[in-house]
Amino acid sequence: MSFVQFLINGISLGSVYAIIALGYTMVYGIAKMLNFAHGDVIMIGAYTVLTLLTGAGVNPWLAVLIGMVTCTVLGITIEKIAYRPLRNASSSLAVLITAIGVSYFLQNIALLIFGADTKSFINIITLPPVSLAEGQIVLTGTTTVTIIACIIIMTGLTLFVNKTKPGRAMKAVSEDRGAAQLMGVNVNATISLTFAIGSGLAAIAGVLLCSAYPSLTPYTGAMPGIKAFVAAVFGGIGSIPGAMVGGILLGIIEILGKAYISSQVADAIVFAVLIIVLLVKPTGLFGKNIQEKV
Amino acid sequence: MKNLFKNMNKTTKSNLLTYALVIIVYIIVQIMLGTGSMSNLMKGLLVPLCVYVIAAISLNLVVGISGELSLGHAGFMCVGAYSSSFFSVLTKDALPELVRFPLAILIGAAVAAIFGILIGIPVLKLRGDYLAIVTLAFGEIIKNLMNVMYIGKDSKGLHFSATDTTALGLEEGGKVIVKGALGITGTPKNSNFTIGIILILIALFIILNLINSRSGRAIMAIRDNRIAAESVGLNITKYKLMAFTISAALAGVAGVLYAHNLSTLTVKKFDYNTSILILVFVVLGGIGNIRGSMIAAVLLTVLPEVLRGLSDYRMLIYAIVLIAMMLFNWAPAAINWRAKIKAKFKKNNAKEAE
Repeated sequence: MSFVQFLINGISLGSVYAIIALGYTMVYGIAKMLNFAHGDVIMIGAYTVLTLLTGAGVNPWLAVLIGMVTCTVLGITIEKIAYRPLRNASSSLAVLITAIGVSYFLQNIALLIFGADTKSFINIITLPPVSLAEGQIVLTGTTTVTIIACIIIMTGLTLFVNKTKPGRAMKAVSEDRGAAQLMGVNVNATISLTFAIGSGLAAIAGVLLCSAYPSLTPYTGAMPGIKAFVAAVFGGIGSIPGAMVGGILLGIIEILGKAYISSQVADAIVFAVLIIVLLVKPTGLFGKNIQEKV
Repeated sequence: MKNLFKNMNKTTKSNLLTYALVIIVYIIVQIMLGTGSMSNLMKGLLVPLCVYVIAAISLNLVVGISGELSLGHAGFMCVGAYSSSFFSVLTKDALPELVRFPLAILIGAAVAAIFGILIGIPVLKLRGDYLAIVTLAFGEIIKNLMNVMYIGKDSKGLHFSATDTTALGLEEGGKVIVKGALGITGTPKNSNFTIGIILILIALFIILNLINSRSGRAIMAIRDNRIAAESVGLNITKYKLMAFTISAALAGVAGVLYAHNLSTLTVKKFDYNTSILILVFVVLGGIGNIRGSMIAAVLLTVLPEVLRGLSDYRMLIYAIVLIAMMLFNWAPAAINWRAKIKAKFKKNNAKEAE
């Protein structure tokens, strides 16, 4: 395969990371917590869609929609039960460990319900592949849809955050929760909304991820989840364009690493990127350095 | 004698109780072994118990005392296990056991500590939850690298490869020591319960003394209020790094103990689930409570073996334990509620006394 082909595959994988990274970065920006369970919400979304497709024969579009609704409800519920009581806890460790607990809980509940065996995901994208440069480069339907979906989501979200009232409330809460509350912003509702959007996007990411790599296990979401977090840090945590750029760069690095170095150490390369970013520019590409006041 | 005990301060008493607990357990187990009243299942669990206890108290140093989260503790155990196992296999014929095993322990601890420093330096400078994610990444990197690592030895020295055994280019009679995903085979079985207990006592000695030293107080001051600690001149990175490195080294020791208990060492055992399991010990035993995490490690290792029927739900229960313990112990609402209940009890007691 040519370099350009690898690049395209990298952008495609990176777009999925970017969509997942959005969920991380928004929640981190607003609730100041690392939502470890985000990757597992992706897995739940993928299982929901697959079950609807194979078990009930639902129309693919409807299945994705139901998957999104399920994940949204799940996200809001997790926030309400597990994270909200700990929002004002004296140690930030408490909510972090709870998030790990939730992640572990989702994985193991999926293990009990769906079993440990690998399920093969049905590709619902029927778009025909496009050949470029006399067949040297192939854009599969999944690649095209993934990249387009990523662009639409990113644009939509940027507009939402900057132009609408709830979006601006999100920005306000992420900058100063106390001041936002005094200005009449409903902080609880805003944080719930953030979780809802992030989790809904996770369902889309799950479908796109499993369309490209069609093996689904209860642990499918964990690794992409962690990598998406790396992408979010890379781009600057809390920044929406940062998540997009970081995600795509990370996807390219991973695919090129797999192609030219070794497929077995590609994950190690991705994590090495994280450590290098933290060493050189801990605020990421688009991050702001905020001085803490006493 | 009685006076001496009375005059001791609270921490010394509590620390002595911890040591005594370990020694009492050791004596009871020895008696049970002597009278033959211990099942084979339990006998097989004795060394793993020591491994988990050491891992749990070392993680508690990071989580409880330093207030950071490490999700790669299994990774540190893995480096300790591999490096020491490699050393033991290499010098199996050259050194007597009495020299080799202590050296292996030191090597395991040192290698794990070096990795701890390498990770700690970039990460511990930062605020926020980066240590959790980087240590998690570290655990995965180690697992990845160990799976593709091949090391062989022949008369010319050591050969390394990242593809397969034939790529090592060994001459005839050469021996492959590390076989990629198959790991290391033929590690001498040097671990036993007595050595495990001695290592636990050493680990306890190091941790408890650190906690009550000047450095330990500095570490806890940083945990409680970073800005205040910084403003009185404490070097944040140095103290955090100290706690993290010591913890990594002790986890490495746990790995050494583990590796020398089995003849085959593979990387599979040191995955994310193991790191979480150790975290569950710490959380259930009480964050910052060294004795508690020891007890939790023992209970959670023995109980699942006894209650085999629950094995399908074990992980699920661990997850619920993590969430429930956190909500119960840290949520402001739960803390208020507990304070109310306590006050009520006191009132009732006072009324009865009247």
